[in-house]
Amino acid sequence: MGTKWPVQTLKYMILAFMTIIISYPILLMINSSFKSKLEIMISPFNLPKSFSLENYRIVWEKVNFSGYIWNSIIVSAVSVFVVIFVSSLAAYYLSRYSFKWNPFVLFFFMIGLMLPMKLAIIPLYLIMRNFHLLNTHFSLIAVYVAGGIPFAVFLFYGFFRTLPKDLEQSARLDGCNDFQVYYKIMLPIMKPPIAIVGIVNLVNVWNDFFYPLIFIKSDELRTIPLGMLTLFGEYDTEWNLLFAGLTISSLPLLIAFIFASRMFIEGLTSGALK
Amino acid sequence: MPELKTVPLAEVSAKPKKKPFNVRKHLAHLFLLPAAILYGTFQLFPLITAVINSFYSWDGFSRDTFIGLQNFVTLFTESPFKETFVNAFKHNWTFFFVNVCTELVTAYILALIIHSRIRGKEFFKTIFFLPKLLSVIVIGFLFSLILNPTSGALNLFLKSVGLDFLAQPWLGSTDTALLTIILINGWAGVGFSMLIFLASLQSIDKEIFEAAKIDGASNFKIIFTITIPMTMNAIMTMTILTFIGCFETFELIYAMQGSSGGPYYSTDVLGTYFYRLAFGSVEGGQSIGLGSAIAVVLFLIIALSTAILMIYFKRKDFER
Repeated sequence: MGTKWPVQTLKYMILAFMTIIISYPILLMINSSFKSKLEIMISPFNLPKSFSLENYRIVWEKVNFSGYIWNSIIVSAVSVFVVIFVSSLAAYYLSRYSFKWNPFVLFFFMIGLMLPMKLAIIPLYLIMRNFHLLNTHFSLIAVYVAGGIPFAVFLFYGFFRTLPKDLEQSARLDGCNDFQVYYKIMLPIMKPPIAIVGIVNLVNVWNDFFYPLIFIKSDELRTIPLGMLTLFGEYDTEWNLLFAGLTISSLPLLIAFIFASRMFIEGLTSGALK
Repeated sequence: MPELKTVPLAEVSAKPKKKPFNVRKHLAHLFLLPAAILYGTFQLFPLITAVINSFYSWDGFSRDTFIGLQNFVTLFTESPFKETFVNAFKHNWTFFFVNVCTELVTAYILALIIHSRIRGKEFFKTIFFLPKLLSVIVIGFLFSLILNPTSGALNLFLKSVGLDFLAQPWLGSTDTALLTIILINGWAGVGFSMLIFLASLQSIDKEIFEAAKIDGASNFKIIFTITIPMTMNAIMTMTILTFIGCFETFELIYAMQGSSGGPYYSTDVLGTYFYRLAFGSVEGGQSIGLGSAIAVVLFLIIALSTAILMIYFKRKDFER
């Protein structure tokens, strides 16, 4: 009870100040997305006079955001699913079979945790060009999956090692083959690390701008972050549309975050520390 | 869950009946195969090739002849490459120092506050974390609207409270552009850094603080003699993660200032220089070779700092 009230007041003042600094730009973005172009210029800080979804309708139809969102959903969903699937299989292999080269294989995957992938963009670009994969969703998915594997293998491997082996032994005795043991026994109890890997990769893939910028040329294949570039290029004076576009692209993750904030925070902090 | 992928593997692994043990054991390699192929083809192979490429001369997008370290020599000694490199390299260092002094210091103070006796911890943690969910491109575009010199929210706000003299073209002036971008980068990352510090603070045994208080140590003394030394691991980790992030930085600057780091290259960093050489193709035929050389330089800087981190923690992840 020793804390004096001026100190407490100061603490709350700092927290309140930071809360405003952090949240105000996001609130401003959402708020402005409902306003008309004129309203944004005249009264930028007021609430919108009328709650209109007109900006969203225009962005959705004219600027093809419906297409961008769909592309982002496909690329994210496939990438996240494949990362989880192939990485959990590999981690299962590393933790449950004792081949001589296992330490080497683990090291092989762990190299990827330390190296910055962006620096390999020239060879990646050339690979995609030689395989005629430039300007396809496959090129994005392949890079996201490859980039997600090291962390996922690392996390799943750590998880498998904590599980007792008795569980599988009894399943084997009941006549399960190796894949059935993985599929029926291991997968169902793996939900916590799957959630972490899923969230880390979803946020990365959904928000990534770099690879689409390099790989994707045609407008109808663009994911949301790249679509934003189109929007800002073509409608750079229509601020109401710009704010609506920014809001649309952020809303899916912000809404998911509201429902599972604890999971997101835990997942993303562990995702960065590796 | 699509079952398609599971079927072939299940059939294959059900086969071994004649030579039960060996075949079965070797079929297990199929578990490893998909991840190894994808990771090998689209990550490890390109990374190795990126290094090899820097030793070749290039004609457009095709590899020409082996020229040893010539690309590096050109990059470091010839105009205009040398000047551009040094300019960008300095900005990366500025980025790092300012980011540590602003973002990390703020994050640490916030972590100390939230760790103390305070209400609404969860609320503040959630709010501070929000920017981490936004795409860098959204952050860049959003702030370029907010900082617009004539109709951006910040200058309008400054004018409305009578601080007109502070209003300025934040991103348009060579004096303020880089600093502004670094602060925006800090805005996006402060909540995340705070959570890392907070986790570290929470792992300190509370009795140590109690003992120090009984001995009559002031709060300030406790922070500098106990708290900071005991959270050194987290401080070190965040410093190096920040370092890596600052040397990899590209998207934010691309979104706000374009690929040449305007105005007048005042926000140019190695990431944007690399992008111009590799995909901007203004510097002529040798640019891919020079771009690859920058990639290798960046790669060495980052690998070295990661190695320092690893040694610092004497991590044992790789020994098993």
